[in-house]
Amino acid sequence: MINRIKQFFIETGDLSYFAARFFKEALKPPFEFKELLRQCYQMGNRSLFLVGITGFIIGLVLTLQSRPTLIQFGAVSWMPNMVGISIVREVGPVITALICAGRIASGIGAELGSMRVTEQIDAMEVSGTNPFKYLVVTRILATTLMLPLLVVFGDLLALFGSALLENIKGGVSFQLYFNTVFNALSFSDLVPATIKSFFFGFIIGLVGSYKGYYCKKGTAGVGVAANTAVVMASLLLFLVDFIAVIITDIFYEL
Amino acid sequence: MKLSEEKSDYGKSVIEIKDLRKSFGDNHVLNGFNLTLKEGGNLVIMGKSGSGKSVMIKCIVGLVAPDSGSVKILGKEINNLNRKAMDELRLDIGFLFQGSALYDSMTVRENLEFPMRRHKKKLGVGKDTKPLVLEALENVGLAHTIDLMPSELSGGMKRRVALARTLILKPKVILYDEPTSGLDPITSKEIIELMHNVQKRYGTSSLIITHDVDCARVISDRMILLVDGINYAEGTYAELSKSTDPKVEAFFKN
Repeated sequence: MINRIKQFFIETGDLSYFAARFFKEALKPPFEFKELLRQCYQMGNRSLFLVGITGFIIGLVLTLQSRPTLIQFGAVSWMPNMVGISIVREVGPVITALICAGRIASGIGAELGSMRVTEQIDAMEVSGTNPFKYLVVTRILATTLMLPLLVVFGDLLALFGSALLENIKGGVSFQLYFNTVFNALSFSDLVPATIKSFFFGFIIGLVGSYKGYYCKKGTAGVGVAANTAVVMASLLLFLVDFIAVIITDIFYEL
Repeated sequence: MKLSEEKSDYGKSVIEIKDLRKSFGDNHVLNGFNLTLKEGGNLVIMGKSGSGKSVMIKCIVGLVAPDSGSVKILGKEINNLNRKAMDELRLDIGFLFQGSALYDSMTVRENLEFPMRRHKKKLGVGKDTKPLVLEALENVGLAHTIDLMPSELSGGMKRRVALARTLILKPKVILYDEPTSGLDPITSKEIIELMHNVQKRYGTSSLIITHDVDCARVISDRMILLVDGINYAEGTYAELSKSTDPKVEAFFKN
């Protein structure tokens, strides 16, 4: 038990040091723009389908599950408001981040882990390239910049899914549905959700890179790095979300 | 055997290691290792697995920080160098990794271009690096692989491409970490010949870590036998192979 607590503090310290090193290296030239763009494409464009399909299904399911209860209370006209606010504030960012934790954090963990055990990171170092800047900084920046865009994309498809179901089941037009949704949303819904999406992206890139960059114990370690990257990133996402909700509550009195 | 500096007719020292010590916890890997490699020399380090050979070679290029001792490369004490100075020094040091360490997400051409990307001015290379890449690949007889991915190459081809990548910066000294390990006898012979040709053509100094007695016989002009982290025996291949010391004898018989 004492060893586990000790390990927890060591891990927290190492991760904090890794994050501090990221900021230090990110602000210092030379900058790896080409690699950053490549990573943005890899992480953003290649996650679109998964995020889109998940968002669409979440919108459908949320609407389908809420419908009977709202009908019972005669409040089915509140459906766009309820679904819109819950998707934009919470469900969209968290679900998208969790999907990206599974897809991107594990991918980064496995890729960097494999590069570590096959000495590719050492080869970069001896060729006079800073591997932290080239591999880690670009990946963390890419996830931080791409996640908010993926969240917006996922949110839109979730709302479309909900609107489609309302159109089929309740005869509500798409125009009326989206008008009601956008009337219900305010800055206090959009701003905190967007800000926390940046933090979610940062956490995903940071944890994936940290686990991969310090991968040990050969090829078995690559699997462990990928696996623990997903677990740790998911846990940290919930923690950051909890903190974000508390801070939002202080500023906007939810 | 005398644990003296390398006796040869060559010029000034390119690598000088004095009293190098490195431990990992209770595991004392290097216990006061000494080495001098003269300009144009071929020094072979032999030793059992776990005797500290790879740690020693990684201390030379700054991948592992020694606990104590001095490592001088081309007259510069590496313990006193900052990151920028170390990166500049690394331009003069080639490193051939045991597993080749080719970047598996890049083509052969991109692998060879990678070390040049931050040093084009210093190397006097223009935007078009293809002629230089082709020349390096021709030196190892693999010009036709320029657009292939590392996964499409055999083990021996990977090793040769890695050697071409090492040579593209025209280093003054090349460090070989087990250059023939994991290769069949015919491919091993080819790699040894290639190392020999490189030495003749570019006049580089070489430090070679190997288990391969044949490789040591062909390539070395001096040898050091590393046992328990210290220089156990030193001399030419002919001297060491005739040794009656049981530890040295056992090594050559095996």
